[in-house]
Amino acid sequence: MNTLNRVLIFGATSAIAEQTARQLVAQGASLYCVGRNRDKLMAIIGDLRARASSQQYIDGCVADLTDSAQHPNLIDAADHQLGGIDGVLIAHGTLPDQKACQADTSLTRQEIEANALSVINLLTLLANRFEQQQRGVIAVISSVAGDRGRQSNYIYGAAKGMVTLFLQGLRNRLAKANVNIVTIKPGFVDTPMTAAFDKGGPLWTAPEHIAKGIIKAMEHGKDEVYLPWFWWGIMLIIKHIPERIFKRMSL
Amino acid sequence: MNSPLSWNRLPRVSPDAVYRLTQRSADIPLHLPRPLLAYGNGRSYGDVCLTEQGTLLLTRGLDRFISFDEQNGILRCEAGITLQEILELIVPRGWFLPVTPGTRMSTVGGAVSNDVHGKNHHTSGTFCHHVRCLELWRSDGSIIECGPEKHQQWFEATVGGLGLTGLIRWVEFGLIPIENPWMWVESRRFANLDEFWTLNHQLESRWPYTVAWIDCLASGNARGRGLILAADHAAARNELPKFKERRRRVPIDPPFSLVNRVSLRALNGLYYRQPIKPQGGLTHYAPYFYPLDTIQDWNRIYGRQGFYQYQCVIPPREAEAATAALLETIGRRGEGSFLAVLKTFGNKSSLGMLSFPRAGTTLALDFPNRGDKTLRLFEELDAIVREAGGALYPGKDARMPASLFQSGFPQWEAFSKYVDPNFSSEFWRRVTS
Ligand SMILES: Cc1cc2nc3c(=O)[nH]c(=O)nc-3n(C[C@H](O)[C@H](O)[C@H](O)COP(=O)(O)OP(=O)(O)OC[C@H]3O[C@@H](n4cnc5c(N)ncnc54)[C@H](O)[C@@H]3O)c2cc1C
Ligand SMILES: NC(=O)c1ccc[n+]([C@@H]2O[C@H](COP(=O)([O-])OP(=O)(O)OC[C@H]3O[C@@H](n4cnc5c(N)ncnc54)[C@H](OP(=O)(O)O)[C@@H]3O)[C@@H](O)[C@H]2O)c1
Repeated sequence: MNTLNRVLIFGATSAIAEQTARQLVAQGASLYCVGRNRDKLMAIIGDLRARASSQQYIDGCVADLTDSAQHPNLIDAADHQLGGIDGVLIAHGTLPDQKACQADTSLTRQEIEANALSVINLLTLLANRFEQQQRGVIAVISSVAGDRGRQSNYIYGAAKGMVTLFLQGLRNRLAKANVNIVTIKPGFVDTPMTAAFDKGGPLWTAPEHIAKGIIKAMEHGKDEVYLPWFWWGIMLIIKHIPERIFKRMSL
Repeated sequence: MNSPLSWNRLPRVSPDAVYRLTQRSADIPLHLPRPLLAYGNGRSYGDVCLTEQGTLLLTRGLDRFISFDEQNGILRCEAGITLQEILELIVPRGWFLPVTPGTRMSTVGGAVSNDVHGKNHHTSGTFCHHVRCLELWRSDGSIIECGPEKHQQWFEATVGGLGLTGLIRWVEFGLIPIENPWMWVESRRFANLDEFWTLNHQLESRWPYTVAWIDCLASGNARGRGLILAADHAAARNELPKFKERRRRVPIDPPFSLVNRVSLRALNGLYYRQPIKPQGGLTHYAPYFYPLDTIQDWNRIYGRQGFYQYQCVIPPREAEAATAALLETIGRRGEGSFLAVLKTFGNKSSLGMLSFPRAGTTLALDFPNRGDKTLRLFEELDAIVREAGGALYPGKDARMPASLFQSGFPQWEAFSKYVDPNFSSEFWRRVTS
């Protein structure tokens, strides 16, 4: 079991990350929260402080994570403020407008930057630190969308797929160092990112439910988890449809 | 998404748009169809939280605490947070809500906008007596921070203001200290209304919380029989019982109401005969304050047609006669709910221009929706309420005539000056037309 007493969260203003933070605070954790939108981040830190006891430390700072030059400072600040880091959650992401990306190469690059390269940059720095400390857990929210490219969403899918593959390699490398690398693959989650979708169906899940799964996976040092679990079955089928047939489908 | 409903699932209206708020300080998009109306958690029984025109602003995403002063028991939080979420934070730290309605699923914004009351009205007034300040967003972009001593006129319009003065973004209110999560509850049976008045008078002078449940189908000598529960927060003690909350839910919408004459008589009779505790005993706060919350979606037992709640208040002078007349009328029709709730309000006058609570006696019952038959019964009840100079609770209403609203809430015209020109509800259009 990994203990999660001191946790660093990137993309702390995400709805999934916020619910995860609340549950971690309820378990007694101290947190360092990094987010891009100042008002949102301050509201969340205020809320977490009200929920925390006086023994818990809650703070954070504002940063756009596509600015990779800042990454080392952010990690140092968290390490310093928390007095060490037991776990990290990387949650930030954007859902690209697929059609717009198809018409604009620079937009495509931006989306890959936000969803993949910024994450890989953080992971590279964190990996070296965790390899040295010989313990801890790093979890990243990837997506079921990274399991297979689909016409409707393949820029996002490709970026998440890159993250998933990078994490596989990193997991392999850090297994020897007693560090757990957790890939989180949520299905459809009812958050601001998916505000434009019609959320009537049974496949939609509330972020607090995903948050519970994330914490459990981090504590148990899981490798890859689908959240909720049934997405494992759905993706198994989707991954195994022969390309010859898949390319004619409109998914 | 299905259109949001109110708790009694009546009326069914779909707004032009539904918009979820997630950030208290974010701008509300200008392109949203007007009028606007905040929707908290839909625990009102009627149309104060509904609009067919314009946009419903769902506030549940505004669920953050802003500050909690644990020394002095002062909490500031966003308006979409539920009372349950607040209790989960404050009870383990020795604090409790100063006033609570019979459901902890209300949001704070809803509690303010209906200026809700609880079983301690005779000692503590309404929820808004404990509000220190709140922030109101108006559709012209202005933001008003108001309280009993700051922009008082806005405060008096907004508390009990049925969501019409704008969007409440956060609320700060005072808490009361407790020793533990338990209540000390004494229950007594009364055989008729006369016994109720005597017993109620005695108990109210000694206990902060009192409420009575009446078997509204008992007739003749037994008319008005029921149970009265008096309670207080339990004193500090070394050993406390264990408490584990069990939750059930009504999984389906039955095609017709499961509440009918036969089931009602049986249940009311059983409830009346349940063992009582005249010497008192410990009850956890959750089953004491929120007996219905343990059965999720219980409102579905009334079937797809939904149901009505009828809640009135009768001024003290007329209370005894009018209460008897109301029960007589309901009993004669064999209508009425599993348990009518009877409670006397204290003299503390409410702060809101449209607040419902006022000195007198309040009676509340649920009725399955049987169409015209039910509406005709309400007209008979209205006549009694009107005659006695009483009023109906807007938060529990889907049908009162405009005239009864206007006589029960004489400040309504003065209030209407504070209504945001871009906010409205089905209720407001109905009672002002
Ligand atoms: C089982 C049960 C027991 C109850 N017992 C009691 C009781 O004992 N005493 C009592 O007084 N009531 C009682 N009620 C009624 C309930 O407490 C009130 O109707 C309460 O207002 C519901 O809160 P809500 O958040 O669901 O608001 P909604 O029903 O969604 O909305 C109520 C009103 O508040 C407005 N509103 C909500 N949020 C905001 C906001 N942020 N800004 C501006 N306006 C807003 C809406 O526009 C609407 O006019 C009970 C209800 C149930 C279901
Ligand atoms: N919702 C789903 O159905 C779903 C499914 C699978 C995976 N996911 C993944 O889950 C994670 C969390 O998303 P969510 O559903 O919780 O949605 P969300 O609430 O919209 O969160 C996304 C967050 O990422 C932040 N972000 C984006 N770019 C950033 C940057 N450059 N720097 C810093 N922060 C940045 C956003 O910050 P701002 O507030 O400043 O915009 C936002 O808070 C994402 O990685 C998403 O891809 C979501």
